[in-house]
Amino acid sequence: MKKNKMVTLTIDSRKLQAEEGLMILDVARDNNIYIPSLCTNEAVEPYGACRLCLVEITTARGRERLVTSCLYPVEEGLTVKTNSERIASVRKVLIQLLMARCPDSEVIQDLAKRLGVETTPFPLEDKNKNKKCILCALCARVCQEVVGVSAISLVNRGVNRQLATPFFEPSEACIGCGSCVYVCPTHAIAMEDTGDKREVRWPHSQMEFKLRKCKVCGSYWIPERQIEHIAQVSGTSPDDYDVCFSCRE
Amino acid sequence: MGDENKELEETVGQILEKYRHDKGMLVSVLQDIQAKYRYLPKEALKQVCQGLLVPLSQVYSVATFFKAFSLLPRGRHLINVCLGTACHVRGTDKVLEKIERELGINAGSTTKDLKFTLETVNCVGACALGPIVKVDEEYHGEMSTDKVVSVLKSYT
Amino acid sequence: MVKVSSFAELETLRKSIVARRDPQKAMITVCGGTGCHAHGCEKVAAAFRQEIEQQNLAGKVDLRITGCHGFCERGTLVVVKPQDIFYQRVKEKDVSTILSETVAKGNVIERLLFTDLATKEKITRELEIPFYKKQNRLILGNNGSIDPTVIDDYLAVGGYAALARSLQRMSPEQIIDEVKKSGLRGRGGGGFPTGIKWESTRRAHGDTKYVICNADEGDPGAYMDRSLMEGNPHSVLEGMIIGAYAIGSDQGYIYIRNEYPLAVKNAQIAIEQAEDYGLLGKNILGSGFDFSVRINRGGGAFICGESTALMASLEGHVGEPRAKYVHTAEKGLWNQPTNLNNVETWANVPLIINKGADWYSKIGTRNSKGTKIFSLVGKINNTGLVEVPMGITLREIVYDIGGGIPGGKKFKAVQTGGPSGGVIPESLIDLPVDFDELTKVGSMMGSGAMIVMDENTCMVDIAKYYVSFLEGESCGKCLPCREGLKRLREILADISEGRGEDDDIDLLENLSVALVDGSLCALGATAPNPVLTTLHYFREEYDAHIKDKRCPAGVCKELITYCINNEKCPGCGLCVKACPVQAITLTGKKKPAILDQEKCIKCGACYDVCKLCAVDIK
Repeated sequence: MKKNKMVTLTIDSRKLQAEEGLMILDVARDNNIYIPSLCTNEAVEPYGACRLCLVEITTARGRERLVTSCLYPVEEGLTVKTNSERIASVRKVLIQLLMARCPDSEVIQDLAKRLGVETTPFPLEDKNKNKKCILCALCARVCQEVVGVSAISLVNRGVNRQLATPFFEPSEACIGCGSCVYVCPTHAIAMEDTGDKREVRWPHSQMEFKLRKCKVCGSYWIPERQIEHIAQVSGTSPDDYDVCFSCRE
Repeated sequence: MGDENKELEETVGQILEKYRHDKGMLVSVLQDIQAKYRYLPKEALKQVCQGLLVPLSQVYSVATFFKAFSLLPRGRHLINVCLGTACHVRGTDKVLEKIERELGINAGSTTKDLKFTLETVNCVGACALGPIVKVDEEYHGEMSTDKVVSVLKSYT
Repeated sequence: MVKVSSFAELETLRKSIVARRDPQKAMITVCGGTGCHAHGCEKVAAAFRQEIEQQNLAGKVDLRITGCHGFCERGTLVVVKPQDIFYQRVKEKDVSTILSETVAKGNVIERLLFTDLATKEKITRELEIPFYKKQNRLILGNNGSIDPTVIDDYLAVGGYAALARSLQRMSPEQIIDEVKKSGLRGRGGGGFPTGIKWESTRRAHGDTKYVICNADEGDPGAYMDRSLMEGNPHSVLEGMIIGAYAIGSDQGYIYIRNEYPLAVKNAQIAIEQAEDYGLLGKNILGSGFDFSVRINRGGGAFICGESTALMASLEGHVGEPRAKYVHTAEKGLWNQPTNLNNVETWANVPLIINKGADWYSKIGTRNSKGTKIFSLVGKINNTGLVEVPMGITLREIVYDIGGGIPGGKKFKAVQTGGPSGGVIPESLIDLPVDFDELTKVGSMMGSGAMIVMDENTCMVDIAKYYVSFLEGESCGKCLPCREGLKRLREILADISEGRGEDDDIDLLENLSVALVDGSLCALGATAPNPVLTTLHYFREEYDAHIKDKRCPAGVCKELITYCINNEKCPGCGLCVKACPVQAITLTGKKKPAILDQEKCIKCGACYDVCKLCAVDIK
């Protein structure tokens, strides 16, 4: 495999070498430089919605601007400031907006503390309104890009946006895999297995799934629908999944 | 399957055919369906998702994103009150409030008798004649609160 | 229609169209623009058709439904040719008189002429009316003389000659050079140099390249693109074909707002007619160049005027923008190099090719060349579309062309650039209007909406209006725009409803900075402009709302009261009938009415209905 060219850049006065094509945020994280962000996950393409990863850059040609580090590829001679005064004041307003949106989110509270923000000047939303969802769309993007079923998406526009299944009804496409639950940065999606039943609760819609029992250990380990899906895309038989992964090893 | 459903399926099928099942034409497909039924029936959206090979979640996102679409049945007459800037500075808010009072509904809803649906639009581009109220395809220019009743009465 | 397969054939066709037309033959043109539709032009046109038949004039007089003349407020507009007599406010009942008097005998009907408000003089010819005098209608000019649904009309005035010239005598690079030299900048808002954009797209690598015409004119108060698309769609198409040839694209899209049904229809007809003649499609004019154009209709989303959101919508997704660190010239529609220009920009192209960059660049200012079409609307006497050379002052537009403010009211400000623009106060009325000057004062060119405001316009209300507009139009993808606009609107609503506090101004400013710096696309980044400019130029009005709980312009409902003026009120009872909550009562004949403030819901019905201005706002 052809190796990408290396470029030299400076992040917060540290001179670094990085592979061309990587984003500033990835390079910073690889080098233990903290940039806050809520809508990124290595499993999916960057999206640029939360804006928290905003940084100040100066290009080799001397052009200064603010960019979202999750979307801006590193380049030769780039100078990056991750926490200038200007950046800090924008981030402060951003986190204050989130504090008002999701007053019961511990993740947001913790992040605010880390950014040195104590209070928000904006009236708090009722906690049942947004239910910890910050509309970063990580769940919907994972569902589309990784799982490949596009069961959930962002519906409505602007301030009325919500994450939901089509028509807020049980989705025929959802396989109950729970990937959305794992990627949600604010724990806004819940998943609970009880006996042979799995329940997935998004902020504004929910679904139930029947689980398959492992023939060896007897535990309910995977939704039937997920088996159908895996069998279909891999061309295997649904019967191949009668034994759970742990018992197979 | 009822006759109505069959008719819907045929109509949506023809519309999909017209756009050669091109998923880039999703918005146009939805517009044609809405032009025909005055709203987007759920069954039609499901058929569109199969016809264009796009996920239902995408069709639903698009249908709820654009202001022109309605997922609820609308009245026989669609009233669009223009909220463009030119209309705003000439007092369109008062006209809208008057219509709301006359019909007993708020913007974005339909009268019980399904006669009128009242919506707002951000500029119809007839700014010289503001405030503009568009009912179906008819433009009523230079509207004022005292003209509202007679305009509404002219529709049956 | 016969396909035209060479440049020579196009000229032969043009000559034969012109030869078939007798310039001395009587012709009645009726404006068919949307403004005139609202005035009932369809009925006027139908009446002409009927009368011409009844009076047996079919062979003697032609009837033509044209595009928008721009003077929308005066519709329905009718011009009688060859004398060029301009009639305004024409109704059905005037039709037979126009035919019997003007067409048959050449008599001018005084009462249908335009009267100059200042001199009280009656004016016969369109171009002598002050509204048109200072205009330079290079782009809009043909709107009033051609039927947009008849391609021959466009060919008769020299249409598609620029295309023939481009394909026959110019290389793509020469065309790009010419457009660069002309200094043409994008008319959609950003003002990016068109030639440079074309060059980047030409140089970009891709399997296919696309050109797009952005006709999603969502700016409330602007309608020049609609007027061009409705009134002269071939000029836009011709520009697109030339651009596609220069860029190396074989597929174009026109993205039109569905709220503009007539524009959609006329653009569709234009495409079909151009295809029939072989001006679109395979091997255009025998040059070997292929290009086709398809129409996509928008679904009512202001954000789709943003290029990346528009492209997402063209791909069948919601209109969400993406970061433009990689330009659309490199990766646009379907990830291919894409060039997007707005309607008015495309319509400038044939002109530049026909007359040359040297000629074109003599019009305008140093960095803003050519003309710009503005929609002059709001509190202004002559409302409509005006096309003026860049650099003209606001004063000339408002007073000389617009005829000043109606009802003897005082001019207060003009808002340019739509929701992304700003409010410019009276003290800057001598500002020359071009891209850079408008930006300097905190506003922007935008698509060219110019909303005139008088003393009865409240600046807090205007800021709230634009912010609410944008709140409703934000796609919701990025946090500062979605949540920030909601908060901005809440604060402005508090101020306008009497709940404002001293800290609110600081909060407005902090939020504005976060939106400017933090938003993903230009919608959010420019959204604070109406707030920031009103704060900058009209701070005292904010203070009046916050500190004195008073709306000086008399607009903000919660801060005003309606009162009956006892000296003026004759007790006629009109307001009593109009009041929806029975708050007004009569106490006797010829005695002033009494308004019960407890019951009053401040709907303004009494104020509107009173013919003697006996209802005051305090």
